[in-house]
Amino acid sequence: MTEIFGIPLQAFMSQILLGLVNGSFYAMLSLGLAVIFGLLNIVNFAHGTFYMLGAFGAWLLLTYAGLSYWWALVLSPICVGVIGVVVEKTMLRWLYKLDHLYGLLLTFGLALVLEGLFRQQFGVSGQPYQVPDLLKGATNLGFMFLPNYRAFVVVASIVVCLATWYVIEKTKLGAYLRAGTENPKLVQAFGVNVPRMITLTYGFGVALAGFAGVLAAPILQVNPLMGSNIIIVVFAVVVIGGMGSILGSILTGLGLGVIEGLTKVFYPEASSTVVFVIMAIVLLVRPAGLFGKEK
Amino acid sequence: MAAADKAVLEIRDLHAYYGESHILHGVNLTVREGEVVTLLGRNGAGRTTTLKSILGLVGERRGSIRIHGTEVLGMATHKVAHLGLGYCPEERGIFSSLTAEENLLMPPPVGKAGAGMSVDEIYAMFPNLKERRNSQGTRLSGGEQQMLAMARILRTGANILLLDEITEGLAPVIVQTLGRVIGQLKERGYTIVLVEQNFRFAAPLADRHYVMEHGRIAETFAASELEAKMDMLHEYLGV
Ligand SMILES: Nc1ncnc2c1ncn2[C@@H]1O[C@H](COP(=O)(O)OP(=O)(O)OP(=O)(O)O)[C@@H](O)[C@H]1O
Ligand SMILES: [Mg+2]
Repeated sequence: MTEIFGIPLQAFMSQILLGLVNGSFYAMLSLGLAVIFGLLNIVNFAHGTFYMLGAFGAWLLLTYAGLSYWWALVLSPICVGVIGVVVEKTMLRWLYKLDHLYGLLLTFGLALVLEGLFRQQFGVSGQPYQVPDLLKGATNLGFMFLPNYRAFVVVASIVVCLATWYVIEKTKLGAYLRAGTENPKLVQAFGVNVPRMITLTYGFGVALAGFAGVLAAPILQVNPLMGSNIIIVVFAVVVIGGMGSILGSILTGLGLGVIEGLTKVFYPEASSTVVFVIMAIVLLVRPAGLFGKEK
Repeated sequence: MAAADKAVLEIRDLHAYYGESHILHGVNLTVREGEVVTLLGRNGAGRTTTLKSILGLVGERRGSIRIHGTEVLGMATHKVAHLGLGYCPEERGIFSSLTAEENLLMPPPVGKAGAGMSVDEIYAMFPNLKERRNSQGTRLSGGEQQMLAMARILRTGANILLLDEITEGLAPVIVQTLGRVIGQLKERGYTIVLVEQNFRFAAPLADRHYVMEHGRIAETFAASELEAKMDMLHEYLGV
């Protein structure tokens, strides 16, 4: 059997794939966080909760409405986005004039409340969610078996991330968003409805987290704690990538997923801490993050 | 003359605050259709605050501000813009995450459909901007940025322009160019409020002058009275 550094190729490749899958979630979540932070100046601690809600949305739609994975992939992020819109309009809106810290505290509290409610209702053991029939099984690539669903997750998340990047960097709508991130008052003085743009941006950012949650459901199962499990790593990803760049958060997310995967192969003991070690090093060398702009 | 006498912008007893600090103390100001009016005064007199108050960019406001007869106190900032306002802020406000051309195209139309200048017309007026259209907005020189800040509000169809110190820190040739542009805009019937320190620039363009001091209008006079008012002006402006 072929080996790389004494590791069977099959095992090596599947860890890389696993890393890419995790990286896909990191990328989608940190992208949403970066967009929200840019325009709203709020560190959205509830981001992991919206990811959890996306996964639960899929499970609830299946269990109580009999709607398939494919319906959930569309409907659940929309529902999460609508919840986000309500949260922005009723709560976050009042905090923009205050320090970052208040937004962080409010979203942290919101995360605790929602997570608590779901724990209360569904327990912490997790609900199983099946891989959709269309993507069951694996493809033999010759050197490894590629599980179809995982390949789908990576491709879907890259497509969604790149589409988001394109809209922000290359379209008129994106120009409003970039300008609004720099100087919202002036953009509003030009006649753009900035408050509405802020609401929709928050809705979109959390919908992206919800979408990631649906993608994660068949892999990780649906668990009230899944949000808090992932969000700490995602914040580290954001710190490493820097808040400034959209493409930066996508690349950092994917890259760190792969690094985590590789660490599992070579030094499994460090796999859960490697991201934080990298974060510490990056903070020392480039405090604004790899892609961030120095302020 | 009836149309020309119509007040486009009418400010009555305007008080404005930044947080706790009371900055404007009862400003009265009227601008009629097609007029060019200056707001003169020393640093800190409250001229920028007056323009910002119109757009709702300050804290609390009291009094009355009417645009074409519509009261704008209490109106959301983005709605005020759609009454046909174009704002060129003191710090120019060019966006660094947008290219020069994206900056130019960013402000949405606010006037009647098709009322704004076309991009071609604007590039004919400011050839430099065409050359630099793909550069990052803030990579442009100070003069180019100022032209960009002017140009982007001409595209929107705004016909009431609020221009804050557009000549500040610019080379004389560029100041001349801007003077020509304002002259052309006046001929096309734009209504313009010019906040200026550079009196030599503003004097030949304006129909009337307002002098501000300590958050109040201290003097108002027509361009024709300028000669007689020079001594008083020197005193107020400290030049
Ligand atoms: N954001 C702010 N918060 C508190 N006070 C402010 C703020 N902006 C301006 N001021 C104060 O308001 C007063 C008027 O300022 P304003 O900017 O309107 O002056 P100005 O006439 O435009 O003068 P210049 O632009 O030459 O400084 C000044 O005393 C200034 O210190
Ligand atoms: Mg000023």
